Amino acid sequence: MTKPIALAGTIAVAAMLACASSAHAQTKQLTLCWAAWDPANALVELSKDFTAKTGVQMKFEFVPWPNFADRMLNELNSKGKLCDLMIGDSQWIGGAAESGQYVKLNDFFAKEGIKMSDFMPATVLGYSEWPKGTPNYWALPAMGDSVGWAYRKDWFSRPEIQAEFKKKYNRDLAPPKTWDEFKQVAEFFQNRTIDGKKVYGAYIFTERGSEGITMGVTNVLYPFNFKYQDPKKPYSMDGFVNSASSIKGLEFYKALYKCCTPPGLTNAYMQEGLDAFKSGQVAMMMNWFAFFPGLYKDPNVGGDKIGFFVNPSENTKGVQLGGQGISVVAASPNRNEALQYIKWFAAPEVQKKWWALGGYSCHKAVLQDPGFVKSAPFARQFLDSMDMVVDFWAEPSYAQLMLAMQKRTHDYVVADKGTAKEALDALIVDWRKIFKDDGKAK
Amino acid sequence: MPGISHAHSVVEPSATAKHIATVLVVLYALVTMVPLVWIFLTGFKSGPDSIAYPPKVVFTPSAEGYCNLFTTRSRQTPEYIGQLPPSSGVCDSLARASNMVVVGSSNYRPRFINSLVIAFGSTALSVLLGVTAAYAFSRFKVPLKDDLLFFILSTRMMPPIAVAIPIYLMYREVGLSDTRLGMILLYTAVNVSLAVWLLKGFIDEIPREYEEAALIDGYTRLQAFFKVVLPQATTGIVATAIFCLIFAWNEYAFAVLLTSGEAQTAPPFIPIIIGEGGQDWPAVAAGTTLFLLPILVFTVLLRRHLLRGITFGAIRK
Amino acid sequence: MRSSSTGGRSSRTTERPNSVRPLTAAGTPPRGASPRGIQATALSNMTTRDPNGLLEQAVRATPEPLARRVRGLSDRTIAWLFIAPTMALLLAINIFPLLWTIRLSFTNYRANRPNAPVTGVSIDNYVSVLTDPDVWAAMQATAHFLFWTILLETVLGFALAWLIDRRFRGHGFWTTVILIPMMLSPAVVGNFWSFLYQPQIGLFNYAVGFLTGIPPSSFEMIGSVKLAPWSIIIVDTWMWTPYVMLICLAGLRSIPGYLYEAAEVDRASQWRQFWSITLPMALPFIMLAVLFRGIENFKMFDMVNLLTSGGPGSTTEVASITLKREAFEKWRTGYSSAFAIVLFVTVFGLASIYVKALNRVKGR
Repeated sequence: MTKPIALAGTIAVAAMLACASSAHAQTKQLTLCWAAWDPANALVELSKDFTAKTGVQMKFEFVPWPNFADRMLNELNSKGKLCDLMIGDSQWIGGAAESGQYVKLNDFFAKEGIKMSDFMPATVLGYSEWPKGTPNYWALPAMGDSVGWAYRKDWFSRPEIQAEFKKKYNRDLAPPKTWDEFKQVAEFFQNRTIDGKKVYGAYIFTERGSEGITMGVTNVLYPFNFKYQDPKKPYSMDGFVNSASSIKGLEFYKALYKCCTPPGLTNAYMQEGLDAFKSGQVAMMMNWFAFFPGLYKDPNVGGDKIGFFVNPSENTKGVQLGGQGISVVAASPNRNEALQYIKWFAAPEVQKKWWALGGYSCHKAVLQDPGFVKSAPFARQFLDSMDMVVDFWAEPSYAQLMLAMQKRTHDYVVADKGTAKEALDALIVDWRKIFKDDGKAK
Repeated sequence: MPGISHAHSVVEPSATAKHIATVLVVLYALVTMVPLVWIFLTGFKSGPDSIAYPPKVVFTPSAEGYCNLFTTRSRQTPEYIGQLPPSSGVCDSLARASNMVVVGSSNYRPRFINSLVIAFGSTALSVLLGVTAAYAFSRFKVPLKDDLLFFILSTRMMPPIAVAIPIYLMYREVGLSDTRLGMILLYTAVNVSLAVWLLKGFIDEIPREYEEAALIDGYTRLQAFFKVVLPQATTGIVATAIFCLIFAWNEYAFAVLLTSGEAQTAPPFIPIIIGEGGQDWPAVAAGTTLFLLPILVFTVLLRRHLLRGITFGAIRK
Repeated sequence: MRSSSTGGRSSRTTERPNSVRPLTAAGTPPRGASPRGIQATALSNMTTRDPNGLLEQAVRATPEPLARRVRGLSDRTIAWLFIAPTMALLLAINIFPLLWTIRLSFTNYRANRPNAPVTGVSIDNYVSVLTDPDVWAAMQATAHFLFWTILLETVLGFALAWLIDRRFRGHGFWTTVILIPMMLSPAVVGNFWSFLYQPQIGLFNYAVGFLTGIPPSSFEMIGSVKLAPWSIIIVDTWMWTPYVMLICLAGLRSIPGYLYEAAEVDRASQWRQFWSITLPMALPFIMLAVLFRGIENFKMFDMVNLLTSGGPGSTTEVASITLKREAFEKWRTGYSSAFAIVLFVTVFGLASIYVKALNRVKGR
């Protein structure tokens, strides 16, 4: 009595398993891994074109930014087969190249006639090359990005607010061009009541866990003459990381944090900024250009209510580079199809459609097109920013370098530990130790 | 609760004592329930309501949280939405109301199923290994028994991150990374120490005479184990199973470090459900509520055994 | 001969007041006699409850030669058969990795550079760990967390257990309700408490404001350097007090009634009874609860990581978070292995000392 049932059960299970595995074998599928944000949704839309042209199905694995680096670097290090294509952060190039986790694309580019000269040089340098400055390509520039600023144009245009500002500061209220102007505007809006609600001056990055506060602080440090190293002596940081003006810059960021931001944002990055801006809490918001298309379309704060400006300068200009390149994961079993995707993505028509959908193409055909500047209210600012971008270290030890800066800056800016000088001096000690372990410095 | 010595005072606590105790305990219970009730309610709020300032206690319920938990959506233009066929359900209509379109199901269900498979699988295996090893330790003269038992206990003292480092390397080599089998083995290895320890306590309580009588009667040791000991150890087995299940079900550190796409369970997934700006709190709350349910049901049904499990683990050392 | 062993057996089952009488009817000695003698009746009552049951079928279905062989299995073989799988699993997943970790701690291996040459660095990693001020800061944060959570959970848990032991009407129901927080995943708890703690939209500040009149947006829990360590303590207490309560409850329930009866006869006050009977007899259980929570909270990672990420700065960065950053973000595998060993030795050492003290208390 029990025997036939057992037999039937075994057959059923075996049949299920067989069906499950064969279903996998039939359709070709590529998995693309990226961060979960607006441009990713645009890419899903764009990729339908690829599926239509080649019949390869696209599957996507999107991870929110605070967990993105952790999860994906873990994936690469454990030779996981989850991702065929990876749109990894620009700083991962060093590690991924040296550990053979990305496929080197030079031969493929040569074979398919994809020229790096078709892409903006800053993006090729930042997203594709390792070692930097050499023609070794490990990614195709996919998403150009940098930090930019959005502001409430509607508030800035109110006559009573303009009048009050003019009275107080003797100049017209306008998007700030220098950091001193920025602080004035921020202080002006801090704790002001607009439309019955209390608002605050500005939103800046303060996230501790992944890269947030570093990506915020550098936008003040670069204009204050912060340099990572002596341009003539690699890995020599004294006097460049902790120069007198760098210290002033770090102090300035802390002052901004203390005086002119909403309360409670001690661990805030991209999404919290969007929240704060969309709910009408701040006059100016720091965030990545990637979000600006979505913000512009927002029913509450978009359209005429929003404006954009480039990162303010001080002694010099500079802004933090963001953006990613798309790479083929070496451990992927679907390398040929993945390369086909890259080839499709590099085509100028696809790049134009990418920009139209909300992705920031790096292709010259798009960016140097005369109609580009008018195509969106932030296009001009994007071009200007890409002219002054500076990137964080892209070394293989990038994660360690980042974590050190995260700790030192967060300790000083948010947790009130020590002075700016102490923070930057400690940072140099941290970084020197990392480079020493790597054999790159004494 | 049956089976436990009830009478510990000839004079029952006075009525006032009981009243005071009632008030205090009920007060504590209600206070600790507030966060949970809030999360439960948040699962039914709409997005803006969940981040309303000040927090809303009265609100119109919405299925947004649960819909967002189970679907992925993308933002489209109103024109595009206008030309789509009529919506196919509650979630679809909800999405379209905010200019989004449902494009597929989210990863929640696969993660939940992974949790079910891995947690129940490792619990079953832990209990199986635990009860057999506990029996052996209890009944036989095993060389170095006390040392082995302490060693088993000490395996619980390593921080999971520390254990994860070599396991990560090991699994990478043998291809167990991101597999259900790998996670089941790992959770079993962590739980079996507790299982052996608890079950030994229970089995020690079962008088040996019953088995000895069975042996004299002609049963083999194995048969005695199955027919005499196991039925009497049911309480202990159930209590152990509850503890092992709670651990495996709720585990996060190993899951986040050793799994990604295939074998990832729900705990690493729930905290990263992101909406359009910030965390999608209604969806996170919905995910949390659903995730709590199986354990809640399991534990409430078997709550008597839980207390006895603690009793035994405590008395026998 | 048979009756004397019966008598011996039944007296044995009633001699241990602390033990729990097994639930199943199979365990209770039978009444009355049968043709085959009391002992045999007892056995057949216990073991042959269902002559056609699955076990019986299995026994009968076992082919004779196999049954003979299995019957022939000596105790020794069975012992090894039963212990071996557990030992093998523990060896493979606990011991071997531990040994590997020890070996790694003496090298400079980086898991994200598997191709880089690996050199032995003797005890450099250990020296680094023990002299690193950040490591000491993390240990301090952990110690602060441990101390306060154990204190609060023990006091609250024991108080709750004592109150529940008054056995008022409905105490079973309310006990179950109190148990619910500990059934949640610590990671998920950390995550939604970060929602509750938000100064603008979170419930916590509003509740505090409502109860004490302090304006809700005048303070923040997670973001403030002073209050963040308390935020994690509050959440942990919320979650694990039921656990301590359960253990203490078991302890209180195990105190034999006759002790209280004797005290009543002696007309000792309630207060006196509490101090001389209740507390000392419950002490082993309280200490056990402290041991368990201590070990668990020393290893604490998920809840704190999701609640504060170790911030602001590093004020709530407990040891496990530092370890995770070293091992899985900076990929300094050799260094983090040394750190892991240091942590393990610390817990092991403290636990061993504590267990000795506990055994002494129990032995009283």
